[in-house]
Amino acid sequence: MYSFDYIKPTSVADAAAKRAGNDDASYLAGGMTLIPTLKQRLAQPSALVDLGAIPDLKGISVANGVVTIGAMTCHADVAASADVRKHIPALADLAASIGDPQVRNRGTLGGSIANNDPSADYPAAIVGFNATVHTNTRTITADDFFKGLFETALEPGELVVKVSFPVPKRAAYAKFRNEASRYAVVGVMVAETAHGIRVAVTGAGACVFRMPDMEAALSKTFAPDAIKAIAVSADNLNTDLHATAEYRANLVNVMARRAVAAIA
Amino acid sequence: MTTISVTVNGTVHKATVEARTLLVEFLRQQLNLTGTHVGCDTSQCGACTIHLNGRPVKSCTMLAVQADGQAVTTIEGVAKDDGMHPMQAAFKECHGLQCGFCTPGMVMTALGIAERHKTDQLDETTVRHELEGNLCRCTGYQGIVNAVLLGAKNMGVKVA
Repeated sequence: MYSFDYIKPTSVADAAAKRAGNDDASYLAGGMTLIPTLKQRLAQPSALVDLGAIPDLKGISVANGVVTIGAMTCHADVAASADVRKHIPALADLAASIGDPQVRNRGTLGGSIANNDPSADYPAAIVGFNATVHTNTRTITADDFFKGLFETALEPGELVVKVSFPVPKRAAYAKFRNEASRYAVVGVMVAETAHGIRVAVTGAGACVFRMPDMEAALSKTFAPDAIKAIAVSADNLNTDLHATAEYRANLVNVMARRAVAAIA
Repeated sequence: MTTISVTVNGTVHKATVEARTLLVEFLRQQLNLTGTHVGCDTSQCGACTIHLNGRPVKSCTMLAVQADGQAVTTIEGVAKDDGMHPMQAAFKECHGLQCGFCTPGMVMTALGIAERHKTDQLDETTVRHELEGNLCRCTGYQGIVNAVLLGAKNMGVKVA
């Protein structure tokens, strides 16, 4: 690991101030991706601004049909939260499917979505539930947040503070996981929200995307067979040593039907 | 260099570390607590598992400075006096090890499993699922799974 300066602010404002004007610095959330990256010398930040001592970034609250989760809340806490389990069980299931127990005790919601790994689970929840990302400067809707491979709408130095999830009427997450890493080869969140059915796919493409054809079909008939004939194009999907684009394209349909079956 | 104060196995240690020092390096090289192992160094194998504020984490994927002001328990801190903790005794009883390299991490993860399920019931499927962060290349896991179930039972957890 290359050397770096280490800063541990205790407020969001202080964190943003320490990061401002230092384009070579990085925020450190749970570190489950960043620290392995540093160990392999794939990144060389001048400084790490550790978000671990900022109380305002942690915690889960429920009010007016919205579950709000602080950016530094770890996956284990989301998975074990009685509030999340009661209001959005699909979100608790998703959090419980990430990595392994040790990773879930460190990895965070904010770190996951800011990193935007193409195989990460949380983006499917953000987009599937039409959640809102609150940063230190603004709010960003789910459909505007994820921009591409490891790319988000966040400006340099902009910090995810919390995410608010409107409670869906019903939802389920179906994930075909890599047995070694537990990342999603393909993961599909199907949710009936106040503004209609949403189908969000992670793991298959450069970043999370929606399936408008499936959303329309499920709006008419909410059943697995309603989307069985909807072909998914392999164009622009990911190919790696785990799965080809064609295999992933097929999995999108299979996982979407499994999610619908889990709900219907 | 950064000065940190970490409570390790109940003792407060003040030390000066480079920001890039991993927690496992601090434990092994500065405190000479070599029971915590480095297997893969890539967050996969779980041999470096310790408890941070009572919860299992991989100490190869954390900086020592992140543990400043917090409580760490290593394998050296789980047993009282000279005896073995019930979970360690169960690993011995069930042949939950061959070479033993993964064992400290396995025991720390197993203690986390017992803690998480102290108010419900623990079964083999759950144990296998929650051991996903720890790799063993000798045993084939059956003895380890048996050991976690026995250890948890001897700690008062209901076991199916």
